[in-house]
Amino acid sequence: MPEHHIKLPEGSIEKTTTTLNLGPTHPATHGVFQNILELDGERIVSAEQTIGYIHRAFEKIAERRPLYQITPLTDRLNYCSSPINNMGWHTTCEKLLKISTPKRVDYLRVIIMELARIADHLICNSIVGVDTGAYTGFLYLMQYRELIYEIWEEVCGSRLTTNIGRIGGFERNFNDIAFQKLEKFLEEYPQALREFENLFQRNRIFMERLQGTGTISAERALNYGFTGPNLRAAGVDYDVRVHSPYCSYEDFEFIIPVGTTGDNYDRWMVREQEMWQSLSIIKQAYRKVQDFKGAEADVYHADVPEYYLPPKEDVYTKMEALIWHFKIIMGEINMPVGEVYHSVEGGNGELGFYLISDGGRTPYRLHFRRPCFIYYQAFEELVKGSMLSDAIITLSSLNLIAGEMDS
Amino acid sequence: MALTNDYIKQRLIEKFGDQVGNFSEPYGMLTFEVPKDLNLKVLNFLYDDEELKFRFLTTLAGVHYPHSKGRELAVVYHLHNLVDNVRIRLKIFTDVNQPDVYTATGLFSAANWLERETYDFYGINFVGHPNLKRILNVDEMDYFPMRKEYPLEDQTRIDKDDEMFGRGGMLGFGTERTDHGQSTLAEADKPGTEGREIV
Repeated sequence: MPEHHIKLPEGSIEKTTTTLNLGPTHPATHGVFQNILELDGERIVSAEQTIGYIHRAFEKIAERRPLYQITPLTDRLNYCSSPINNMGWHTTCEKLLKISTPKRVDYLRVIIMELARIADHLICNSIVGVDTGAYTGFLYLMQYRELIYEIWEEVCGSRLTTNIGRIGGFERNFNDIAFQKLEKFLEEYPQALREFENLFQRNRIFMERLQGTGTISAERALNYGFTGPNLRAAGVDYDVRVHSPYCSYEDFEFIIPVGTTGDNYDRWMVREQEMWQSLSIIKQAYRKVQDFKGAEADVYHADVPEYYLPPKEDVYTKMEALIWHFKIIMGEINMPVGEVYHSVEGGNGELGFYLISDGGRTPYRLHFRRPCFIYYQAFEELVKGSMLSDAIITLSSLNLIAGEMDS
Repeated sequence: MALTNDYIKQRLIEKFGDQVGNFSEPYGMLTFEVPKDLNLKVLNFLYDDEELKFRFLTTLAGVHYPHSKGRELAVVYHLHNLVDNVRIRLKIFTDVNQPDVYTATGLFSAANWLERETYDFYGINFVGHPNLKRILNVDEMDYFPMRKEYPLEDQTRIDKDDEMFGRGGMLGFGTERTDHGQSTLAEADKPGTEGREIV
């Protein structure tokens, strides 16, 4: 126990600590979850987390839905980077159904997923800025998230909860506007990100606030099941994209940035570097996409009529297409029996899908490995003994997304 | 030397004999079953062994198989050896009437909330857990909602049943419920008792 600063008269039944409810709807929590903090002055003695305020029973709902109807559920896990969740789900289904996707689909998926990673990290890092009292960077980078959302809008029609892609590929080919916007993003974002870094990276006040707070060792981080940027900040170079490549990530050259101390500053820096790596991956993928010539250049889905909806004009004119359309929409296709675990590198860690199929038309059991649900339990250990204001920054630098945590 | 599934299997059989069983490799991941009393021994062995080094708990999930008598509930551990990049899946089964399983929190801090979640949804009692209480559902809830006897759809509907999901008729929940003798189920939650109109 730290030294108590409140001195009570002999025999008093008063507490020497103060209980503070942080949340459930405090602006600093960036989501609906509660922390019951015991404070000694401004130091945290203990922290108890309450979560589940937006629990929507996705795992239960998924047991009565055919595969393609589960994609919109995954949107609502980490809603800062929905496309990664969607792609993670599609690749899980493809693994279960043994579908292999064309290279062009993989590269297009990589572009979308890396844009999502940038959108996710951009929000997290600029929110850390907001929580330390610097609002400018947040507003400044926000216009580039807007641009990313516009690209997604061109590809799938929606912005936040994207439901992007289908089992086997994309619902439609990327149009010219999407590529133009992508080029605009690739051209303008590096400069904006550099300016953002100039505001924060070597800013004395910012460094003082972040360095040495919310520290975790690599060993503890692993034991707590940390993944993603939070684990890498502690110095472990585990990245699902490299360890278990999916969507042809093995075709790309990139670095896994790692930190050393696992504090807030390292987490911020790792995310910052990952954005640069993502930019480089997008450039490589875009170049590869442009290299496809002839008929290959128009491929945007695998040939899997059992799972991929036929073109609408065929549905109206051809018998087979009408049958497939009906069977897919009604969810009348039996899955193979088996169990599969598949994971992707989500915005804040390893997003896993554990699917058990009993041969029915819906999963018998579907479990989501939600990275921030798993690492949020380390929060007490991260903030114990530190100041309340450090806990706020730790909360935002962990990138906790209530939707993902509560599933 | 690369760590192969065959080698892991061989080491497990050397150590635990025929107590570990049901080996399979769905989609390349070594999957096996251990008796529920041995879960900690096996997890510890996999963790401590200098060659196996399964020191990362990826995830932990419950599953309910209402029709397999005496082994209705399952706990599935996904472990990862980050050095050799090998994943394995370990399963234990328990009777729904006495769902006591030793907690893995002593070995993995990550298991804390995962076990609370499994308790919350399946009612698996993790013996020795430091803080086993509900995590996502409200504390007042008196049933375990992910168990299969709680159907998602309104069971009084006749236009939609499990047959449409390729499982040959209703799974038989509701009729078999009393056979399991689950005292935790509130009668009010029994579907179809409210006399809802058929849509």
